[in-house]
Amino acid sequence: MSVEEPTPSQTVGPFYGYALPFPGGGDVAPAGHPDTITIHGYVLDGAGQPIPDALLEFWQAAPDGRRTGAPGSMRRDPVTGAVIGRNGVDFTGFGRVPTDPDGRYVLRTLPPGAVGASAPYVAVCVFARGLLHHLFTRIYLPDNAEANAADPVLSSLPPARRATLIATAERDRVYRFDIRLQGDEREETVFFAFH
Amino acid sequence: MTTPLTPRSAYPELRQDDIDREVAELGRAPTTGPHPDRDYPPYRSSVLRHPKQPLIPIRDPEAVELTGPVFGVTDVTEIDSDLTRHHIGEPIGERITITGRVVDRDGRPVRGQLIEIWQANAAGRYAHQLDQHPAPLDPNFTGYGRCITDDEGRYHFTTIKPGPYPWRNHLNAWRPSHIHFSLFGTAFTQRLVTQMYFPGDPLLPYDPIFNSVRDEKARQRLIATYDHDLSRPEVSLGYRWDIVLDGPSATYMEQGR
Ligand SMILES: [Fe+3]
Repeated sequence: MSVEEPTPSQTVGPFYGYALPFPGGGDVAPAGHPDTITIHGYVLDGAGQPIPDALLEFWQAAPDGRRTGAPGSMRRDPVTGAVIGRNGVDFTGFGRVPTDPDGRYVLRTLPPGAVGASAPYVAVCVFARGLLHHLFTRIYLPDNAEANAADPVLSSLPPARRATLIATAERDRVYRFDIRLQGDEREETVFFAFH
Repeated sequence: MTTPLTPRSAYPELRQDDIDREVAELGRAPTTGPHPDRDYPPYRSSVLRHPKQPLIPIRDPEAVELTGPVFGVTDVTEIDSDLTRHHIGEPIGERITITGRVVDRDGRPVRGQLIEIWQANAAGRYAHQLDQHPAPLDPNFTGYGRCITDDEGRYHFTTIKPGPYPWRNHLNAWRPSHIHFSLFGTAFTQRLVTQMYFPGDPLLPYDPIFNSVRDEKARQRLIATYDHDLSRPEVSLGYRWDIVLDGPSATYMEQGR
């Protein structure tokens, strides 16, 4: 039984710029790691227009399936207080990317490892001006076709809905994944509620 | 010099009366929980930015989202929690401190987790190129801070009280004074971005963002409490704001609840 009443969510608004984004926020893969994959795309509204003031957060298992992460995503310089970002060695598992004026984001990371019965995926939390309560989605990769077919969440969805959760391979190690906040059932990205 | 903007809104035909009427009408509908409805037309920006398809429920005890990112001493410096000390000079405004505890739905403290805040200056202006309304910037105030919760889940910030500011939801729309908060729990599912308001603010009844939380009791939980014992003589006024993170976590699931 829950004893505490939750604090309600409110929109992130348009003015988080100095507070939340940090240099290298989308560079989750250790610097120069040969297994690095790039996932990029647009965040779109119900009219199909790009959203230039969304903020995406990413959380994922390491390639070996570990979900412990590591501190140091937004390391600070104790002299100047400036954010110097990751040390280039540790895999923190966490990324944060504001969309650019084109509504676009880029994430460079390592392929997520599988956990439990699920196919590997990158968890995504979406914030935006106009969005009063964040949304969760997942990025599954097309390379894992067999695991995706067996994934309990993906296989519970009708094909048109399932397709919104699987990135498209563009070329070697580069994937496209758009997030559409609103649309019909083939357009709108699947979002989740956790219980 | 900044050019004063003529009163202008994305919806110039919309008056405060219209918004008030919509807010009142939605306020009479049955509530759906403590959080705002993502589809909340009085906040016009929500209209094209909320999903229409139902959310898919997940009850997987091994979901990656039941764990979450970790932060540490490398991610925060000592003075990050004092927003009045980030520049050579002192910011203009009423000095305040905000303190409180962060717990999960079971009342367990959220330890060692990151809290980030951002806010307008005392005149209601954000240090942000997109905020060009004719209130002054303060060269000694950028308006963001962060800290890590202690072993009891407590946090503490020193800052100045933000001013209210105009926005373009409708004609003569003003946001009440507020501080934006971003919090991490022990699981990604517990992520929270919200806004803290001040007691007695006359703008609260007019604000569609505050009132998007349709449950009256839940809405009141967004308002900090003035606590005289937290005020420091001749220095600052003290506010208390406790925060409860929603959402399951791995530890929560392990206990079979
Ligand atoms: Fe604000």
